[in-house]
Amino acid sequence: MTLSSPPAEVPANGSLAASARRPLFRRVLHNPLGAVTLVFLALVVVAAVFAPLLAPHDPNAVDARNVLAPPGEAHPLGTDPSGQDVLSRLLFAARSSLLGALTTVVVASVLGVGAGLVAGYHGRRFEASASAVSDLLMALPTVVMLLAARSVIGPSSQATMAILGIMIAPAFYRVVSNAVVAVRHELYVDAARVSGLSDARIIGRHVLTVVRAPAIILAAGVGGIAIALQAGFDFLGLGDLSRPSWGGMLNTAFSVIFRSPQQLIWPGLAIGLTCVALILLGNALRDELERTGGPPARRRRSPARSRPVDEPVHSDDDRRESTADDSLLDVDRLSVGYDQPDGSVTVVVPEVSLTARRGEVHGLIGESGSGKTQTAFSVLRLLPPGGRILGGAIRLGGQDLARLSEREMTEIRGRRIAYIPQEPMSNLDPTFTIGHQLAEPLRITLGLGRAAAKEHALTLLARVGIPDPERTYSCYPHQISGGMAQRVLIAGAVSTDPDLLIADEPTTALDVTVQAEVLDLLRDLQSESRMGILLVTHNFGVVADLCDRVSVMREGRIVESGSTREVFAAPQHDYTRMLFGSILAGTEPRGPLAETGPDPATKGLPA
Amino acid sequence: MTGPLLDVRDLVVEYPVQGFGGTPFRALHGVSLDVRRGECVGLVGESGSGKTTLGRAVLGLAPVTAGRIDYDGRNIGHLTRAKRRALAAEIQVVFQDPFSSLNPALTVEQILIEPLTTQSVPRATAIARVRTLLEEVRLPASAGERLPREFSGGQRQRVAIARALALRPRLIVCDEPVSALDLSTQARVLELLREIQDSTGVAYLFVSHDLDVVRHLSHRVAVMYGGEIVECGDGDQVTSRPRHPYTQRLLLASPLPDPEQQARRRAERRRLRSDGEQVPAGPR
Repeated sequence: MTLSSPPAEVPANGSLAASARRPLFRRVLHNPLGAVTLVFLALVVVAAVFAPLLAPHDPNAVDARNVLAPPGEAHPLGTDPSGQDVLSRLLFAARSSLLGALTTVVVASVLGVGAGLVAGYHGRRFEASASAVSDLLMALPTVVMLLAARSVIGPSSQATMAILGIMIAPAFYRVVSNAVVAVRHELYVDAARVSGLSDARIIGRHVLTVVRAPAIILAAGVGGIAIALQAGFDFLGLGDLSRPSWGGMLNTAFSVIFRSPQQLIWPGLAIGLTCVALILLGNALRDELERTGGPPARRRRSPARSRPVDEPVHSDDDRRESTADDSLLDVDRLSVGYDQPDGSVTVVVPEVSLTARRGEVHGLIGESGSGKTQTAFSVLRLLPPGGRILGGAIRLGGQDLARLSEREMTEIRGRRIAYIPQEPMSNLDPTFTIGHQLAEPLRITLGLGRAAAKEHALTLLARVGIPDPERTYSCYPHQISGGMAQRVLIAGAVSTDPDLLIADEPTTALDVTVQAEVLDLLRDLQSESRMGILLVTHNFGVVADLCDRVSVMREGRIVESGSTREVFAAPQHDYTRMLFGSILAGTEPRGPLAETGPDPATKGLPA
Repeated sequence: MTGPLLDVRDLVVEYPVQGFGGTPFRALHGVSLDVRRGECVGLVGESGSGKTTLGRAVLGLAPVTAGRIDYDGRNIGHLTRAKRRALAAEIQVVFQDPFSSLNPALTVEQILIEPLTTQSVPRATAIARVRTLLEEVRLPASAGERLPREFSGGQRQRVAIARALALRPRLIVCDEPVSALDLSTQARVLELLREIQDSTGVAYLFVSHDLDVVRHLSHRVAVMYGGEIVECGDGDQVTSRPRHPYTQRLLLASPLPDPEQQARRRAERRRLRSDGEQVPAGPR
């Protein structure tokens, strides 16, 4: 679909582009969620780093005369059951918590990202062994492993957290190696290799940028998990008891929960808020990073701003009489637009009028972004989400399709209007056989029984020139070629003997020899059944081959319309002439190379 | 001048097949082709004919199973990564898809500077060179600070051409460089490629499925079918009066943008087909 087509012109420095180029950190600060969480986390970090300066008391100083003191001047948050200052302990505990989480994140990301990059980029043997190790680590129960480690190396918080990092590394490894495998096949990586970049530089410059986003998001989440897990261990008394920790404080508070329940508040808040902040920061990062990757906003000239409309040129004057009796499809001043998130509507087709007659092939030709596919999809009433018909009429045999309900339209699609897509393969479901996909609609639209539907489908397959219908009937889509797949779709489209067939670039994805056969088939089918065909294409050769009449489309308007012979013999509109001027067929060949061709003897680097 | 610039002899390329015991897939069955200095050799074929594989083998992106690829008299078929990197200043590429061939995260200037700084060109010189390059491919100087997605397909392809030209190579492999572009854009990009060849004397190995495109730009044309070259010769002769039945079939299948002529071509094609001249006795 042309929906994903690029903007036709370079937009003036768009705000989106400008914001995308700002560094990630500044963009996150502009995101409300990101700003709040970053400020909170920065406060926690400052508290941890400057704990010795900020804390009013020694966190381990025991004061037996002043246990469970309420908040007051000497102890802003009160004291715990041992008479230790809660605020001081909270600040010092932030150090071990953050340090522990940092250890986990650093160990996990260095191991996981490093191995993921190498495995994804080089693949083969390293990938096989790295994946085996990763699977093994993921299979081990993390908590049991940490308990075992603690019993061997003693209650060292840092070592435990480092081991946790190793256990979590597979998460990074998987994310990174998958991202790298995806990017390794991008052409710009090939181009970088041809440009002479070393593997290390390619990884650093082209691969790491892709991996960066998911890795950062994952790191924020892993940080939250590490803090929660560490608090859990400390709460269970498995941590280093000599140092204050949030989990340890929680444990202490838990022992006096009936006498002084408010003791739980501070460590609970510290753990909870820090974890939530890290996870929300991950979300904010994801939002910002994904915003850059999105396609640029499509800017179209709105009809109000566009140049004055010139009436389409008609190369013949039998248009008026055509509307009378043999007109099949009459598109009258159709306009199509897309709803934007901000409530506005982007107009992609300002005004299109065209008439297709019974028993005639009408070509709709234009370059990408001209709105030809949008027009075709409007007739089918199959515009992508957000798209809608803004005005005008689409008359098919007296009925205005633009005003029908979705249910009435379903009655018409597949029966009176059929459709052939551009990409035959993506329009067949890989999980069902060809026969199933062909016979099932027949049972619904024609009300045939199972056996009759199969028989009819086999006849159709034979009709569209498939050499062995029985065999193809039981094949899956991947077992047949693109040309065969297109024949199958054509068979399905003509199965209900439609009045109108809409073919959207039906041969663009095919080789020329296959294209010629498919065009022959369409011609034969059309002359047998006298159906009308609306053929959307960008290829003048296809139009010349198949179409009786042609409409040239540009920026959502028909600029010229007429019989194919006349338009090709004497194009009237400047744009049509320009397009004809770009055709290469029949131009002078280059001719043989002159014997004394210039030689770039001045090799070397630019001076 | 001695010998051709690029000389491919009996090249075989095989891709390993997933799983144990699978016979590797042979994409090229002993292909021979040469490109002279300043020449454009067109390589035509349908999908699966091996034309892209041949281009990738010359670029060092496809495994050479047997045969030779001589560049300037030196076999470059089995170079180490490091030696291959040194060839960056000699052989360059323009890919088909202008969307995936430019890193979306880098600005045009960063993209163009990359090959230069890799060859340790001083930064100031490199920036000046980028400016000339943008001029050469007819892009505004302000294009440097923009991201690829701010450009249309044709403009992106100009950026890709500028990147290929950055190191002043002597051979550029063009892999379907205009087939993703609109008709009018296609004509302008081809014109640009021709002008560049006239002014710099760079040689092209021009891969395409479109006979008209190849005819327009190529001095000589080779036609590939099933991993072999079935016909090779003067561009005009091969694309207008082909000798091999497959090339004839290919020519008759491409529709002419003229209803009368196309009707005649179609009739001729149908006559040939009913004469029983089916798919040529192609290679295995």
